Amino acid sequence: MNAVETERREHYLNVNYGLKSWLLTTDHKRIAWLYLVSVTFFFFIGGLFATLIRLELLTPQGDLVQAETYNKFFTMHGVTMIFFFLIPSIPAVLGNFLIPMMIGARDLAFPRLNLASWYIYILGGLFTLTAAAAGGVDTGWTFYTPYSSIYSNTNVALTVIGIFITGFSSILTGLNFVVTIHKMRAPGMTWFRLPLFVWSHYATSIIFVLGTPVLAISLALVAIERLFDLGIFDPTRGGDPLLFQHLFWFYSHPAVYIMILPGMGVISELIPCFSRKRVFGYEFVAFSSLAIAVLGFLVWGHHMFVSGQSVYAGMVFSLLSFLVAIPSAIKVFNWTATLYKGSISYDAPMLYALGFIGLFTIGGLTGLFVATLGVNIHVHDTYFVIAHFHYIMVGSAVMAYMGGIHFWWPKMTGRMYPEGWARLAALIIFIGFNLTFFPQFVLGYLGMPRRYHVYPPEFQVLNVMSSAGASILAVGYVLPLVYMIWSLRYGAVAGKNPWRARGLEWETLSPPPTDNFEVTPLVTAEAYAYDVAEPEALYSGRPAHV
Amino acid sequence: MSKVETVRSHQFDDTAQQHDASWTGMWVFLATEVMFFGGMFMGYILYRSDYSAAFASASNHLDVLLGSINTAVLICSSFTMALAVYSAQAGKRRALVSFLLLTMLLGVVFLGIKFSEYYFKFEEHLVPGSSFVYEERFARPAEIFFSFYFVMTGMHALHMIIGIGLLTYLVIKSLRGRFSLSYHTPVELIGLYWHFVDIVWIFLFPLLYLVGRHL
Amino acid sequence: MKAEPHISIRVYAVVFSVLIAFTLLTTGVAFIDLGGDLNTIAAITIAVCKALLVILYFMHVRYSDRLTWVFVGAGFFWLMILFTLTMSDALTRNWLVGPGSQ
Repeated sequence: MNAVETERREHYLNVNYGLKSWLLTTDHKRIAWLYLVSVTFFFFIGGLFATLIRLELLTPQGDLVQAETYNKFFTMHGVTMIFFFLIPSIPAVLGNFLIPMMIGARDLAFPRLNLASWYIYILGGLFTLTAAAAGGVDTGWTFYTPYSSIYSNTNVALTVIGIFITGFSSILTGLNFVVTIHKMRAPGMTWFRLPLFVWSHYATSIIFVLGTPVLAISLALVAIERLFDLGIFDPTRGGDPLLFQHLFWFYSHPAVYIMILPGMGVISELIPCFSRKRVFGYEFVAFSSLAIAVLGFLVWGHHMFVSGQSVYAGMVFSLLSFLVAIPSAIKVFNWTATLYKGSISYDAPMLYALGFIGLFTIGGLTGLFVATLGVNIHVHDTYFVIAHFHYIMVGSAVMAYMGGIHFWWPKMTGRMYPEGWARLAALIIFIGFNLTFFPQFVLGYLGMPRRYHVYPPEFQVLNVMSSAGASILAVGYVLPLVYMIWSLRYGAVAGKNPWRARGLEWETLSPPPTDNFEVTPLVTAEAYAYDVAEPEALYSGRPAHV
Repeated sequence: MSKVETVRSHQFDDTAQQHDASWTGMWVFLATEVMFFGGMFMGYILYRSDYSAAFASASNHLDVLLGSINTAVLICSSFTMALAVYSAQAGKRRALVSFLLLTMLLGVVFLGIKFSEYYFKFEEHLVPGSSFVYEERFARPAEIFFSFYFVMTGMHALHMIIGIGLLTYLVIKSLRGRFSLSYHTPVELIGLYWHFVDIVWIFLFPLLYLVGRHL
Repeated sequence: MKAEPHISIRVYAVVFSVLIAFTLLTTGVAFIDLGGDLNTIAAITIAVCKALLVILYFMHVRYSDRLTWVFVGAGFFWLMILFTLTMSDALTRNWLVGPGSQ
């Protein structure tokens, strides 16, 4: 089908035009685009703060900015990246776009709530940007008390209120996904025929729903304490700063699983497609998503080993932290087994997926280091921890996001991105990422603390390597921004299923019509039926042509 | 009651699915509320365990009569709310409106008693902050007790106010004949919310008002 | 949640009466010294019973489908995770006494 025919056919992008049709849409696919634009904006804001950090750290002295300013940089970097980019990214963009299609539905269960979620997210973002413009916050994204609740002179209340508001966006998205997946599956789409992407998002939604409210109350208490002079977290008034840490990390640890589970869901779609094989151990991967979600709520004390927390509690949390690594490892084994004897192709999405597997393994294994009580005493609050979580958040989650965006781009836009540039960008990102963050493992182990704008001169070489890597990484991220936008106009027109992938979303047109399917699908086949030659044989209830 | 047909939103296959999804959605939302209030209960539990004597002392400064009356008021309001839902299910519009209004009235009574309690505490210098006065032995943990008292009952009161607002919406919709035998989902859902807010108070009452009363 | 069977007004009235009775009970018992932690345990137990009555009857959970039960249970189960693990720290923080601490 050529470009002219695509333009003439009605689909969700051209069914109506104008700002109002976008800002008042209830179509999950358009809402996904609203999120895509917003999270990309916040990604580059967070990247700006990262740039400032890495610039300062080029030299051992604090010569670019003062300590207080530097504290604001890493705080805003963390807040922006975590709450306004990573947490929404895959669920609100790809999850919103794909989940109804993957289960054979016309939309999510609550489309207007979906739009409300986006507006709430934007409102929260505005609060936080205002706080940044008004001078920022210097408490770290972790807002530890009593510094955040009493002593900091920066815009704490404004920022935490912004995050509080955005939290409701997460909660409502999670609620929407849970209800949708339970109640809106097409006939024949049983739980064990669902794509693993859906399982991952279900597990993520459990965390959204049960964890985020606790973050909300912990931040609310900080704001209330500041505004009404309470003293709940003030040790001089009988308060316990660790109470805040317990409440905060009760959410914020599962939050990291919010950030990785959707990425794992993406990988579970990419690997079978580009190996032309069914996922090895489907049920294991599905249940391990649930296991990660549940176990992830039992380990938060591993952020508090040296905080003054009970040693006995520390032992329990350490043991549980080892356990939570198991389901993640199961997934890595199953993906690898899927690759084995597969027919591998190296399109850009697959490059991201393969990068994910390697970098996630490193990130995950170093998590075990940090979860070990004795080692933790040595590496806590050093660059080792920073490297560990960036391997997961950037090396894994962002790579998965990039892989997913590329993979489903033809479905979302009806256009292919330029493959050559995409592979180049993936390679640049991989190299830039490792150059940025691998030295940080070494720095941390050698003792360089985090959240300091100065460091001993013997650490300079590794810091310069890291900053150089960051500049390469930045190039890698800007490239897709350019060529993806370019492809909207000049990219090759994509058909229904350019990847010859399996899944209901590939059975409908690119871009899809507003109601996703012309006829409600009736599902008779298992997921990832890559051993079946003709996709047409898998689904009925479709019109014969197109 | 009117013969208004249920409007089926386009994403649903039938009204049963729509009702099902809405009901499930409200329960998921209530689970989030459990965790939200739960964070405050967590703080309370931690400090009560640390400062049991001070908490007992502070609790005795709360008016147990007003607290019990308020508990009874809320239980009555849950009863009337349940009867409102019953009326909606039976298609009885006048009864529905009456019970909704009664529920709202009881809610307002609760809030009235609550805010007068706040005022008394203010007069007794038991509001945390610079004006707080307490016997030196228990002063700081007692202040923490009252911080939790105000924050927890305040958050609860906020939810009550929202509930009354939602009930107002229901009354208006009912009077306009929006609900019928076949469609009264919002009544059921807001009923669930109202009962949840009652349950929060069911736990707040003994934890705040009945500590160490026997001492 | 399928079409709910009507819970009769009589059942609601009985539940209402029991809730009021429990309120009187918990208030009354609070003034009697039961010894040790029993006052607290009694108060919590009564509160849990009241909450259960509201959940099962006023909120119709007694007649709801299994999925509803799962969500109700999940909320409270997760709350227990928060309480238990946090208190595992708070209650054992002073157990290990090392050199330099009092």
